Amino acid sequence: MNITFTLIAQAVSFALFIWFTARFVWPPLMKAIDERQKKIADGLAAAEQGHRSLKDAESRIQVIEREARAQAQNILAETDKRAGALIEEAKAQARAEGGRQLAAAKAEIAQEVERAKAALREQVAALAVAGAEHILKREVNAQAHADLLARLKSQL
Amino acid sequence: MAAEHADEALTASGYIGHHLTFMTKPLGGGAFWTLNVDTLITALILGVVTFGFMRWVVAGATAGVPGRRQAFIELAIEFVNNQVKDIFHHDMKFMAPLALTVFVWVLMMNAMDFLPTDIMAWIYEHLLRLEHWRAVPTADVNTTFALSLSVWLLMIFSAIKVKGLGGWLHEIFCAPFGMVGLSINPLKWIAGALLACANVLFNLIEYVSKPLSHSLRLFGNMYAGEIIFLLLGMWAATGFGGILFSIPLWVGWAIFHILIVVLQAYIFMMLTIVYISMAQEGH
Repeated sequence: MNITFTLIAQAVSFALFIWFTARFVWPPLMKAIDERQKKIADGLAAAEQGHRSLKDAESRIQVIEREARAQAQNILAETDKRAGALIEEAKAQARAEGGRQLAAAKAEIAQEVERAKAALREQVAALAVAGAEHILKREVNAQAHADLLARLKSQL
Repeated sequence: MAAEHADEALTASGYIGHHLTFMTKPLGGGAFWTLNVDTLITALILGVVTFGFMRWVVAGATAGVPGRRQAFIELAIEFVNNQVKDIFHHDMKFMAPLALTVFVWVLMMNAMDFLPTDIMAWIYEHLLRLEHWRAVPTADVNTTFALSLSVWLLMIFSAIKVKGLGGWLHEIFCAPFGMVGLSINPLKWIAGALLACANVLFNLIEYVSKPLSHSLRLFGNMYAGEIIFLLLGMWAATGFGGILFSIPLWVGWAIFHILIVVLQAYIFMMLTIVYISMAQEGH
């Protein structure tokens, strides 16, 4: 158990091993560990980011859904309104058409009546002339009495 | 050689003495100039194999998912790194690899104690033709003092590096008891001189006791472990009863020794960190 030159030899080996570790073992592994830590941190951050964007998207989807529903409601209401308007318009048109046709029919009827009246007047005039012929027993100059007859016709 | 060994093995002191004799190689005149070849060679082989293995693993290290080998090395490195981080609050570039080297190397050297002494002695003697071979380098004071004195020099070096030579010398004379202020009062000069003496003495004790306790703690534990194994082996040689009693004790001590081996390596590393850390902090 003497202190011998072994001490110095061991100290030198110790120094060599320290150098070796500090130069070739420690830095590369520390680098790898640090890189992995960074990777893990990045991964966690990315996951966090993904989570956040998912929440974002969900809230956006909700907004869009609400808007879409409101729009659909609007379209439905408008369609209803337009349908009502169309029906009203159709009704009005039908009413107008009916009125017109009624008026036309009435006018035709009036015309017919007028025509019938004129025919009747002719016949009445002819009858009157024939009656007068009979009464007078003589031929009446129809030409000469045309004025008289016209006056009679208008009085009918 | 075998006959000599047979004679030695007959006596207890011969048996223990045989196991505790270094394989020495004289280098020149004087008791200092001898080399414990077994200590040096074992330590070097362990260091080369261990650090070579670490280098081999690290060379293929990936930042992605680590393999088992890499995970194992990373475990060791993270462990040391956390210890250093907790204690050491300065530039870690040098401290952490130093702590790792100390821990791993001392652990491996201590672990040589797990090898069964007598089987290994037979292998050394009959297969390797080595009459004396002590396999546990940390059971040699030369190794532990080599480590502790290296740490001691690093401690002084880092203290001077952080505080400057002036600051370090100032601390030796003026800490831990403090110093009187400058004045023309001669009484104060005497007080100052006394304080300086006390401070220097205190620092001297501190600087001597640190490497002593640092190295002798490790040496004592490993040496005592070896001795107890030898004593149990000797008891087993006394007969059937000796074998019966020594085997469970041997097993118990071997299991307990696992703890000691790791614990002493850990303590040695922690003290290394603490000493250098303390040296860099002011009093």
